[in-house]
Amino acid sequence: MNLDLSRAKCLLAVAAIVTASLFFPSMAAAKKLNVITATTDLASLAQEVGGDKINVESMAKGYQDPHFVEAKPSFLLKLRQADLLVVVGLQLEIGWLPPLITQSGNSRIQVGANGYLDASQFAEILEIPQGSITRAMGDVHPLGNPHYWLDPDNGRRVARGIAGKLGEMDPEDTAYFQQRFQDFDRRLSEADKKWQADMKPFHGRKVITYHNSAPNFAKHFGLNVVGFVEPRPGIPPTPSHTLEVINMMKRDHVKVIMVEPYFDRKTPDSIARETGGTVVEYLPSVGGVKEVTTYFQLFDYDIALLTKAFQANP
Amino acid sequence: MKPFTLVCVVTLFTAGLACAQQGTSVPGGQDTAALEQKVRDLEDRLVALEGQMRVLKAQAGQTPAAPIATPNEAASEAPAPAESVAAASTPVSLGGAGGSAAKALNPDISMIGDFVAFAGGNSIRPSPPLEMHESELGVQAIIDPYARGDFFLTFGETGVAVEEGYITFTALPGSFVTRVGKMRSAFGKVNTMHNHVLPWVDRPLVSQNLVGGEDGIDDAGVSVERIIPFPKGIFLSATGQVFRGDSGSGDELVFQSHRKSDVSMVAHLRGYRDLNESTNLDLGFSYARGHNELGTNFITSLYGVDATVRWKPLRRAIYHSFVGRSEFIWSQRQQAPFEQRAFGMYASGEYQFHRRWFLGGRYDWSDRPRDASLTDKGGSAILTYWPSEFSQIRGQYRFTDYAGNHKTNELLMQVLFSLGAHGAHPF
Repeated sequence: MNLDLSRAKCLLAVAAIVTASLFFPSMAAAKKLNVITATTDLASLAQEVGGDKINVESMAKGYQDPHFVEAKPSFLLKLRQADLLVVVGLQLEIGWLPPLITQSGNSRIQVGANGYLDASQFAEILEIPQGSITRAMGDVHPLGNPHYWLDPDNGRRVARGIAGKLGEMDPEDTAYFQQRFQDFDRRLSEADKKWQADMKPFHGRKVITYHNSAPNFAKHFGLNVVGFVEPRPGIPPTPSHTLEVINMMKRDHVKVIMVEPYFDRKTPDSIARETGGTVVEYLPSVGGVKEVTTYFQLFDYDIALLTKAFQANP
Repeated sequence: MKPFTLVCVVTLFTAGLACAQQGTSVPGGQDTAALEQKVRDLEDRLVALEGQMRVLKAQAGQTPAAPIATPNEAASEAPAPAESVAAASTPVSLGGAGGSAAKALNPDISMIGDFVAFAGGNSIRPSPPLEMHESELGVQAIIDPYARGDFFLTFGETGVAVEEGYITFTALPGSFVTRVGKMRSAFGKVNTMHNHVLPWVDRPLVSQNLVGGEDGIDDAGVSVERIIPFPKGIFLSATGQVFRGDSGSGDELVFQSHRKSDVSMVAHLRGYRDLNESTNLDLGFSYARGHNELGTNFITSLYGVDATVRWKPLRRAIYHSFVGRSEFIWSQRQQAPFEQRAFGMYASGEYQFHRRWFLGGRYDWSDRPRDASLTDKGGSAILTYWPSEFSQIRGQYRFTDYAGNHKTNELLMQVLFSLGAHGAHPF
């Protein structure tokens, strides 16, 4: 008798949970979509197309190395409420995101579910390794270079992809998202014309970057990345490699060193001193400095810095 | 699906070619702009197709075939404007991960080697001078849209054990994260950690004395975890676990099951809060209850409190960090002639002073569970060097005072190395 009673209670509890879970999603659909992105750039793009129909937040900060984000439980609080998770993909977040997704207990955003969006599928991906790769090459990304958002063309493609996904999740506002995308596309094309014009005099200029995070940027704006401060991706600078870089820069008259804000300036600064070059602390992501809060401002900022550096080092 | 994609790519390029030829015959600003727009749209559609192919390939685990060549040739033949020439000059990214894409559905496999060397005498807990302490094979994959699976097999000097092997149901209603299988229980912090993620070579004395040593409370059972909504940015999660009731062995035995109903239980409540963007505080309360080796009527209960402070400045996250951690554990063990109440704790800190260098210290204090009047104390200093994220070299000086009558000074050396794709560990 006692057993039966507790069984009945159990069943009741299960029934209550199931009913509750059936009701919650339908309640969520009535309000804004909650979008969580891995990086600030994706958040900015989502905001452009989502407008006031979505709430969007990024996990990583713009001044943080997106390879090494801590999988803090505070992110779980955001993930469990999320309707859509947008990730950079190409294993950029492999060190921190998978356990967060598992622990979130949110079935909507699990890998492969409708609310999981890998933005890399929309973008042009460079440097996909051919043949076998080993970790002797450093922290190489086997699926291609994940820093693809630094090409405005990819920004447009990702924005279109996000707009499509938002429309799929919130069909009533499909037209709204598409209209916002068109508007974003138009503004981006205009801005890109200006950026291209600013960079035109410096087409083909040789630069070195700290990490290999700018191939898409370099391709779009006609820069020539000829070396890296890191001897291999993710491996800290070594004296012998630094010497090689200095010699190469002197030989080829390379004057500009692009450094991401999360790297130590000591080695790049000493390379600049040796070669008479300039260190440009460029931003790989929106929010790298306080003033840069949108995808447009990101390129405005970087291009202003670079053109200044190129002018100073003719 | 694939022939279809191929056809699409070819059609797109033929269309692009046709457009480009039209463009060259009709000069004029308006037309050039329209043409540029068209080329851009085509480029976008091509990139979108490439992306779809990558996705398809990842899903189906198909090897790339002929299509790689086709777009390249088509693009280089087309007398297209500058923009698309630029696109053609970089290899079109259809190749994916090459031949390895065929193995796309294989689980992530990793192997972690843990080599330890000891110097100095210790007759209480003797260790060989050189030891391939543990080789951990990790096999992890997403099983289906509703679950993922994780296996960790450990090869010690004497045999193989399933350290953990469980399925995690990630898509249950009500946000319950449920695990079924063999797993390290959620009692405190150190008990949940694999050897290779500890900031020390060894485990604290309190773990060895009260919580089952290196294996800890690690048993077959069911675990249910849920995040509890709480205001003010506080993360709260509760875990409840039921195990068969066998954990530890020999002197380090914690729980032993004598009949089917002798299950053990573990409950854990975790509170976490970001103090600011670089600092956070993590608190935990744990309870475990099971039957000990004396019989069904002899219960061992464990109570634990753990606290962790982490600091990591985001702008310099790869260069500097600090983790301070402490656990207090009380053991209440029913035995003849009377119950033993033992207490133990450790406090440790680890500071990263350079991108590859960590300096740490640990203080140990623990009663013995079977005779709480005996107390072991100790201290350690640890220096760790990471040649890369995939290997560590660690030195540890350890002083231990076993129950006030046996003092040891030891030097421990550890080399850890990781092969393959080892999934990230929970924070």
